[in-house]
Amino acid sequence: MAIVTPLKTAAEQVLAQQFANVKAELPGAGPVRKLREDAFAGFEAKGLPHRRLEAWRYTDLRMMLREAKPLADGNAATQAVRDRLSTLKLDGLRLVLIDGAFNAELSGLDALPEGVAVHALADALVSPREDLTRILSGPGVAEGDTGLMLNTALMRDGVLVEIAEGTELAAPIAIISLASGDEEQAIFSRSVVLAGKGVKGSIVEISESAGAKAAQINTAIVFEAGDESEIQHIRLVTRQPAETVQVLSLLATVGAHAKFDSFALICNAGTVRQQHFVRYAGEHTEVGLRGVNLLGGQEHSDVTLVVDHEVPHGTSRELFKSIIGGEGTGVFQGKVIVRQHAQKTDGSMKSNALLLNDGATMFNKPELEIFADDVVCGHGATVAQIDGEQLFYLMARGLPRPQAEALVLQAFAGEAVEFVADEALRDLIMGEVEGWLANREHTAGKAA
Amino acid sequence: MLEIRNLTVKIADEDTQILNGLNLTVNDGEVAAIMGPNGSGKSTLSYVIAGKEDYEVLDGEILLNGENVLEMEADARAAAGIFLAFQYPLEIPGVATMTFLKAAMNAQRRARGEDELLTPDFIKRVNAAADGLGINREMLRRPLNVGFSGGEKKRMEILQMALLAPSMCILDETDSGLDIDALRIVADGVNALRDKSRGFLVITHYQRLLEHIVPDTVHVMARGRIVRTGGKELALELEKSGYASYGEAA
Repeated sequence: MAIVTPLKTAAEQVLAQQFANVKAELPGAGPVRKLREDAFAGFEAKGLPHRRLEAWRYTDLRMMLREAKPLADGNAATQAVRDRLSTLKLDGLRLVLIDGAFNAELSGLDALPEGVAVHALADALVSPREDLTRILSGPGVAEGDTGLMLNTALMRDGVLVEIAEGTELAAPIAIISLASGDEEQAIFSRSVVLAGKGVKGSIVEISESAGAKAAQINTAIVFEAGDESEIQHIRLVTRQPAETVQVLSLLATVGAHAKFDSFALICNAGTVRQQHFVRYAGEHTEVGLRGVNLLGGQEHSDVTLVVDHEVPHGTSRELFKSIIGGEGTGVFQGKVIVRQHAQKTDGSMKSNALLLNDGATMFNKPELEIFADDVVCGHGATVAQIDGEQLFYLMARGLPRPQAEALVLQAFAGEAVEFVADEALRDLIMGEVEGWLANREHTAGKAA
Repeated sequence: MLEIRNLTVKIADEDTQILNGLNLTVNDGEVAAIMGPNGSGKSTLSYVIAGKEDYEVLDGEILLNGENVLEMEADARAAAGIFLAFQYPLEIPGVATMTFLKAAMNAQRRARGEDELLTPDFIKRVNAAADGLGINREMLRRPLNVGFSGGEKKRMEILQMALLAPSMCILDETDSGLDIDALRIVADGVNALRDKSRGFLVITHYQRLLEHIVPDTVHVMARGRIVRTGGKELALELEKSGYASYGEAA
């Protein structure tokens, strides 16, 4: 009689071997070690997420990760890394991670804004801090996600940013994750932002590669935003080799009377799965999750989010805009949960995609799970082509087709970008959007 | 000068023929009106001249100053001097009106091999033209046509016409949706652009607009061709008799 055991893929076998090899060296003792081991056991039981899991239906990581690359263990501030940092137009505190490891030398630790404390996550993991494992676990709705479990098991480093009660940041704090890109490797990192009561400010996350070799990247960022805080999270994932495979988890717990807004731009990034897990820990809180995905070639962008209204009087807004050309694939899976006691919840979720040609694909799957009876919740998902009437109007004024298209597309993306409150960051994002469109315009102009 | 010869057009992907061997000439400096019942093909004619893609030209030619424009895309026709003031100007959310105006002016200048306008010069021109049309600065900062009233949209069309300085202006039902004050502003704007080097083709269902933009010539269009041509008095006659004698209900 044959005994049925789930077959491990080659990548899963390598990951198991890697975890066995490095678990003794990974930072964290006692509770953190247990957290890692439990997470890996959970991962091992399920394996890499695949299309038969509803949450991963359109991003089959098991297929995409045919082999697991060696774990990154260096911290190589190569010339390319330094060059990129010098050209990056971003004011404020910079916290630099190279291949997932915090680089103190390149980070502006000598000029920390008042009220801000920064630790390497590797240091924080070995500290006797008791609340760390709770914080790292994030909202309950994130529990059981195998992408996140793998991150928990293998997270090597990152930053822990603590912002003291009442602090108003004058400039954004940037967490800049650069893959050195000198060799193919796997990067696991996690960062934590703890914003006390009444904190106001922007946290920028940048993910890029300084070299041409594609990485497998699994990063997570955890936010605990206190009561009355107003936090903007801006994420730019760009300039990565096309073969990059990346999972980015955002775990946010937001207090009462607070505002938490997240915006993510994905362009020239390879295959990217973003997953947002948000929990309302207090009433009268507004959460906005937005983003723009610009896809071409074989690129793939998956935005999966779970917004958990646990308490009454919560407001949530989701708006994602995707422009997809080539053989690109966009995915939007949004789930808004309104628990039984979360009366007066106000939720609105939108995903709009423009397909530029026949080979482009978009999957939209908005879901509402409502257990309360006094709520206003809606969702809308559209997939369309560039509006021919708008295009003709612009061309009839003399704009050549590629330029007219670029203007329509820029406007389409701009509707999400305009929610970024910080003008300099908005300009930075629109600069990336315009660059992508100009590149496309140039290519389209050549083809015409 | 615009010369249209034997223009025969159907809707692309359909068998419906809209224009049936239409002949029309508009000389430089001339204001020609086209009147006709609904469904006679007036708007189609304006779209085909401007280069909209939804139509298939089966026969004929459209010459602007002797050059056939049918092979040109809409942007090239605009740069060559054709301007269509839309019956229903499109809203373009996210594109500031000023950004659009500058892009359009400079695209046409580039296409004609001229230098691009510098910002101060551009702003001066826009402000001068906007003042005459009662368009305020706040409107220019808003996204193009978004939230504009019917009258504001039509004034914005005339502003574009003034800035782009075309040689052949086509006005498609410019009076639709305008009250009498807005109509007067728009008509004044058009009249200010009348020039011996510039032709106008004014498409309208009603005679009302032609009291304010007085035409040199009036053409009656029915069933996809010009069926009668006369002076401005023809418009008044149509106002009395209606289009019934041209085989269509008004």
